[in-house]
Amino acid sequence: MQNVATAPHHGESAHHEEHASFWRTYVFSVDHKVIGIQYMMTGLIFLFLGFTLMMLMRWQIAYPTKSIPGEWFTLLPGLIALISVVVGLMSKRKLTVLVGVLFGAIAWLVWSMVSDETLFPEGIMLPELYNSFGAMHGTIMVFLGVVPIAVGGFGNYVVPLQVGAPDMAFPKLNMMSYWSYFAGGVVMLTSFFVPGGAANSGWTSYPPLADIATTGQTIWLLGMVFLITSSLLGSVNFIVTIVQLRAKGLTFMRLPFFVWAQFITSFLLLLAFPPLEAAAVLQLMDRLAGTSFFLPSGLVISGQILDVSGGGSPLLWQHLFWFLAHPEVYVLILPAMGIIAEVIANNTRKPLWGYRSLVFAGVFLGFMSFIVWAHHMFMTGMGTVISTFFQTTTMIISIPSVIILSALIISLWGGSIRYTVPMLFAVAFLPMFGIGGLTGLPLGLAPTDIHLHDTYYVIGHFHYVVAPGTIFALFAGIYYWYPKATGRMMNTGLGKIHFWGSLVCMNGIFFPMLIQGLAGVSRRLYDGGAQYAHAQDVLQWNEFMSVSAWLLAIFQLPFIFNFFWSLKKGKAVESDNPWGATTLEWQTPTPPPHGNFVKVPEVYRGPYEYSVPNAPKDFLTQNTP
Amino acid sequence: MQIPYTVAARPDTGLHNSKLGIWLFLASEVMLFGALFSAYILLRVAASEWPHGSQLLNVPLAFLNTVILIGSSVTMVMSWASLMMKDFQKYRRYMGLTILCGFGFLVVKGFEYGAKFSHGLFPSEDLFYATYFTLTGLHGLHVIGGIIVNLYFWGPGSRMWKTEPERFTNRVEVAGLYWHFVDLVWIFLFPILYLL
Repeated sequence: MQNVATAPHHGESAHHEEHASFWRTYVFSVDHKVIGIQYMMTGLIFLFLGFTLMMLMRWQIAYPTKSIPGEWFTLLPGLIALISVVVGLMSKRKLTVLVGVLFGAIAWLVWSMVSDETLFPEGIMLPELYNSFGAMHGTIMVFLGVVPIAVGGFGNYVVPLQVGAPDMAFPKLNMMSYWSYFAGGVVMLTSFFVPGGAANSGWTSYPPLADIATTGQTIWLLGMVFLITSSLLGSVNFIVTIVQLRAKGLTFMRLPFFVWAQFITSFLLLLAFPPLEAAAVLQLMDRLAGTSFFLPSGLVISGQILDVSGGGSPLLWQHLFWFLAHPEVYVLILPAMGIIAEVIANNTRKPLWGYRSLVFAGVFLGFMSFIVWAHHMFMTGMGTVISTFFQTTTMIISIPSVIILSALIISLWGGSIRYTVPMLFAVAFLPMFGIGGLTGLPLGLAPTDIHLHDTYYVIGHFHYVVAPGTIFALFAGIYYWYPKATGRMMNTGLGKIHFWGSLVCMNGIFFPMLIQGLAGVSRRLYDGGAQYAHAQDVLQWNEFMSVSAWLLAIFQLPFIFNFFWSLKKGKAVESDNPWGATTLEWQTPTPPPHGNFVKVPEVYRGPYEYSVPNAPKDFLTQNTP
Repeated sequence: MQIPYTVAARPDTGLHNSKLGIWLFLASEVMLFGALFSAYILLRVAASEWPHGSQLLNVPLAFLNTVILIGSSVTMVMSWASLMMKDFQKYRRYMGLTILCGFGFLVVKGFEYGAKFSHGLFPSEDLFYATYFTLTGLHGLHVIGGIIVNLYFWGPGSRMWKTEPERFTNRVEVAGLYWHFVDLVWIFLFPILYLL
């Protein structure tokens, strides 16, 4: 923060920092840890909002002809809001009050929609609203929920600590990237209130549909520009921090796997997002300036030829979109694998098996992720030669994924495993991500994809990767690093309820999707397939999946309660290193002050020196000479 | 608290933070314009007919603009070199020239756009004009961004020269790298839009 300290109007900076105002400390902070927590909280709330939209949709899928009990769907966020505000006011915690207010906003949003006769005539969701909920569920979960938590939240909080740096390389840029993300989120939310509602062409925004959709689509594109800017600034910052600010002695092969994962992820974000930005610019031009980049000639809409110059290519959008969105899949999963690696090494009390293979597999995965995108497009008629190429690269990319998963599973072998709450989530991640990965193979092969394309099988597949995969890893990370960030442990009993409930419900939601998909039920069906003869045999699963989804929401209550209750009442940590971990983030005071380390750390050994023979303890920290 | 390597280079990488940062940023810009150029190629190859740029666009004006931008890249280097030689007055002059060239480019571009608009030619005319306006427009935004940065370093930002001359020189170098990139993009845009 040299630039702050030397700027003339902050001359008394040292004094200034001690008495920094609420705004400078918690809102416009340049401290990577505060920004990490901001990302985390904002992301978690968006995650809840995205989930709420899905819960409403699940009612429509399970009971397409029954009126929706809107008050029940409002009750959940409403209760959380009420309790947070009351508890926050009683314990004088502004953050808890703020979170309560935000949950209140979600409750209000839900209630204002379900009680609106024009959106829910006789309590039944309009098909257009169903479409827009689907599009916004995907957008919110991926771009506003999971990635900001995994990269913005954990990356920001943990990476500078693990590399032994006082902060990110560009602290002001870091603040800008959070606020750009926040602005993107606000823009996305406003789209719910424009005529025609939020974007309703799916999270993939395929033209020509998206080119002629209602105003919400324009807002979606503008929101994406903010989010892309945010991740661009963030990824530059991460790469520079990891390359330049590593502590003395911390060579690349001594970096914790989590840092490697963030490093590779940052390159993916840096290089894959700009083509989507280009695509967004072109679609904006199509929508606002009347160009036809994505509109073919002679397009007929509602019986009328569309009055545009034509000649464009809808496939062009798909290429540009998937050029981002396939690397984005690895953006979702790599940080999760990083978290899991940290938690597994710590709780098996032995080094990760095959650290070097993990690293090289990760780098290879990053490279390959740029040349597999068109396996999302086998059904577009782009030709068998191209399909064969992308099918081959897709099979190749499964190899590094399998190496990583195998190395993590073998790491369990012979360890004296501590089943702490983070470890439970980490152990569950392995088979859940395994199912997600293996169900992807038939989708990557063009012949089988013909049957499975755009069915519920696809939904089941990638939700296994992202929900019980990545989101479980995020939970593991929260339980694991919570004591570092707050100085208190989260409650184990509540954590176990949260874990077991979530595990059962997640499978209850997503496994039947695979069954339905194999039977040929298409995704994005407003009535869950009730009109289709071939869906009748598997239709009974719809209710089961919906109930699982609502139960999953209820099983998040112990987590939310635990998260806030433990801030004040959790068991205080007895040392700065409560899990007995080796990496540098545990060598700071708890919670780490602005500037992190009391003494600039120096690194002498690899990241996972557990159970070293003849060592005084069962672990040697990286800065042990 | 002090962030390491903001001014001096890290010995094992040979770079200071902002230089690595700007190269990464430029890599992402390459991907942005790379995607747009790819889109251009794909659309043009698929089109049944595509007009010859020189018949529709004003090549002499665009050539003038090419000269102006290349000239501004030279003055940009000179302004940085002046700082390296500790000649602040010379830096001000060269940086001022760079900024003037940037404005000159925009003015010429404005005349080109104006001529098209007055003939009723807008992006919605056909794919050629759509590509032309989108690509040059986005490039124009990059020029505007560069001018704003350069103006800052010419005016209020240059106060840093008195307190931290080395750091200020680094900043100008980094701004220069960006400016050269903007120049480079135009050097690709000129032939593919106007000549081919």
